Amino acid sequence: MRRIRSNKHQGLVSSRRDFLKLITTAGAGLTLAMNLPLAMAAESTAAAGVDFEPNAFVRIGTDGRVTVLMKHLEMGQGTFTGLATLVAEELDADWSALVAEGAPADASRYNNLLFGTVQGTGGSTAMANSFMQMRTAGATARAMLVAAAAQRWKVPASEIQVSQGILSHSASGKSAGFGELAELAAQQPVPDVQSLRLKDPADFAYIGRSLPRLDRGKTDGSALFTQDVQLEGMLTALVAHPPRFGASVKHYDAAKALASPGVVDVVQIPSGIAVLGHDFWSAKKGRDLLSIDWDESVAFTGSSADMLHKYRTLADQPGAVARADGDAVTALASATTVVEAVFEVPYLAHAAMEPMNAVALVNAAGCEIWNGEQFQTVDQSAVATVLGLKPEQVKINMLLAGGSFGRRANPHSDYVIEAVLIANARQGTPVKLVWTREDDTRAGYYRPMYVHKVRAGLDASGNPVAWEQRIVGQSIGTGTAFEAFIVKDGIDSTSVEGASNLPYQIPNLQVELHSVDNPVPVQWWRSVGHTHTAFSTEIIVDELARAAKQDPVDFRLKLLSQHPRHHAVLKMAAEKANWGAALPAGWGRGVAVHESFNSFVAQVAEVSVQENGSFKVERVVCAVDCGLAINPDIIRTQIEGGIGFGLSAALLSEITLKDGRVAQSNFHDFQVLRINQMPAIEVHIMPSAEAPTGVGEPGTPPIAPAVANALSAATGQRFQRLPLKLNS
Amino acid sequence: MPVTIQVNGVSHALDATPDTPLLWAIRDHVRLTGTKFGCGMAMCGACTVHVDGQPTRSCVTPISAVQGKAITTIEGIESAVAQAIQQAWTELEVPQCGYCQSGQIMSATALLEKNRQPSDADIDAAMAGNICRCATYVRIRSAIKQAAEQLA
Repeated sequence: MRRIRSNKHQGLVSSRRDFLKLITTAGAGLTLAMNLPLAMAAESTAAAGVDFEPNAFVRIGTDGRVTVLMKHLEMGQGTFTGLATLVAEELDADWSALVAEGAPADASRYNNLLFGTVQGTGGSTAMANSFMQMRTAGATARAMLVAAAAQRWKVPASEIQVSQGILSHSASGKSAGFGELAELAAQQPVPDVQSLRLKDPADFAYIGRSLPRLDRGKTDGSALFTQDVQLEGMLTALVAHPPRFGASVKHYDAAKALASPGVVDVVQIPSGIAVLGHDFWSAKKGRDLLSIDWDESVAFTGSSADMLHKYRTLADQPGAVARADGDAVTALASATTVVEAVFEVPYLAHAAMEPMNAVALVNAAGCEIWNGEQFQTVDQSAVATVLGLKPEQVKINMLLAGGSFGRRANPHSDYVIEAVLIANARQGTPVKLVWTREDDTRAGYYRPMYVHKVRAGLDASGNPVAWEQRIVGQSIGTGTAFEAFIVKDGIDSTSVEGASNLPYQIPNLQVELHSVDNPVPVQWWRSVGHTHTAFSTEIIVDELARAAKQDPVDFRLKLLSQHPRHHAVLKMAAEKANWGAALPAGWGRGVAVHESFNSFVAQVAEVSVQENGSFKVERVVCAVDCGLAINPDIIRTQIEGGIGFGLSAALLSEITLKDGRVAQSNFHDFQVLRINQMPAIEVHIMPSAEAPTGVGEPGTPPIAPAVANALSAATGQRFQRLPLKLNS
Repeated sequence: MPVTIQVNGVSHALDATPDTPLLWAIRDHVRLTGTKFGCGMAMCGACTVHVDGQPTRSCVTPISAVQGKAITTIEGIESAVAQAIQQAWTELEVPQCGYCQSGQIMSATALLEKNRQPSDADIDAAMAGNICRCATYVRIRSAIKQAAEQLA
């Protein structure tokens, strides 16, 4: 083994090529260098000849390679492939020539068009905000390549054909690849956007096809995640965090840690005590040897049980009004039948397979970060503030993320700031912050715990006439830079989304919110508010159908006549699932339909209940309308995965607090779905010419209520709590 | 006193304490990073390697326990079974984020090396120790079956 001791690289890493050099000089870095997934191959071609870079998103090398710069994080959702498809479509590129490369942090070029001035990935917006932008980028490049060919061949541009990366002129028999024309294309004027003609959907060659994914290297270990970054002289840091939220270090003794083999330094930062070692295990052993006296005088000492009690009390009282149609209170009082339920959902950790981590290098020139970067300009600005730098002095390299489910888009930049503060204490030395699974489970930023109280009423004919819903839980948006966008008139839209826009035709409908102030850190978690609003609303709708003695699908379809896209996916899912057909003894079938992030999803779940009181989700049939389907197979993978992710919460996962301490620590007590619990899944995609919307999140919300409704059908029991448990 | 381990046919004398988990020896000392850290307590399977052909959670296996044994990582698998698995994984587009997939492939390869016609129950038993938070399980099951068919 070779330990890198020289530290000749004192300057800020100035380009990805320098990064490549660093990696190749770091021991067995050759393996990494040969397999860097994002950009290295393209970088090597960039060195020779002149690239054609018509805009911020496309670079065509003289070898014909087409590099698409990705403003969105690839965390498994297929965004690299989806965005490249848009470029390749309008460019008429050869798909095998496409390469994805992470774009730098630069909101002037790479902001999310649905996030105002912020560059970041979230809310299932990558495709929706990029659809026209990336197509236009491809069309611009194509027009310039055509202009170059017309100039070289002295023929009218209108006579030039482009197909599969080849430009040709049939009358003269001339043809050339993109690479041959790249240099000349770079000299052409950039066409006015108004002059570009995007393809008619009837002519799409790539959109709508399941092209192979571009984020390769995931079957041979070569894909590079933050955890895999190795820089010359790099140290690994582990942090001892406080045992309770709000606690701080009173005193610590690092003597034993510093004496431990491989430990280099111990540094105090605001979030705890960092131990730096030559490798993970040295740092871990050093951390275990720290002696820390915590000041817990202002720490949070609450317990989930007490919080639930408080939430339930609040749910009995009127809250801030998020929606008011008609007069729900009066209508409830005169309803023939009223169903009422109080729902509870716990805190949840994101538990991405790659625990949080980040690599940072700070020196006189600034700061450079390597991260599965989901919130570029938020992190850039936060880091600049804590280090006293200008944002442009903070360079961010976006690596692949080993999952995120929202966690890496932290509005407080928590773990990124932790990494740069440690690196700042060791200027000139790259530092990799690694959280263990226990750190990741206990350090917070959870999906908030919520209580919903719902009362809904039917008239004598079985028509719903009233709905009153009170939601109690922490606000995700309050206290963040997004507060002005998310929180209006005391209503955090992410607390009520999915309930405040309930699609069912109910004349008297009131939705209220109590935003509770707790010091437990909370954050968006795949599908955000819809994780709990779909659960409560779709169970109550089933209970109303039962009270009205109507079939749950027919009951919903009648109430959705003004919402054709909900109506259509529900009908499709029911038909594909053979709704109403006989099931084996002990089985039940349940349905849910929910819109989130402008996509519409209906799911039919089939469960089997065993004699011993256990149950299994056997099969899920899903219909999804996400507008124009860019890559049908990626849509199916996201819906399959969204269902699996939702099933973890529906069946297994729960973060609880006892006296302010998080009770769970790792996958033995924060359980998640395993292969033996995964149902068979069918995904049906609604044909659509509407603009594309997201699929990363919308598969998740309907599964918990669909399973709960199936269990009710099988057992007659009611379900009001996650994770779901049968009464014995 | 250096500990020597043999990874993918190459011997490495490590400047590491004997209690160092094989995972960190592979990642931080040998510097092969395809084997992933997920939990550190053999609960998720992301760190799975083969030790003398047996699927092993490297995060809880000290290097002192594997001296003289043949360790194979995702970078070193090359049997017909491994290639069939990797090919099926690619054809069926199994990986999403990909972080757990090295471990999934190591477990799946070990399964097919022993059992060329695994049932659903066999697959569940062999793969239930490998968590995938992207829940690619439907495709993992299909890919194992496809690889088995190709090898038949």
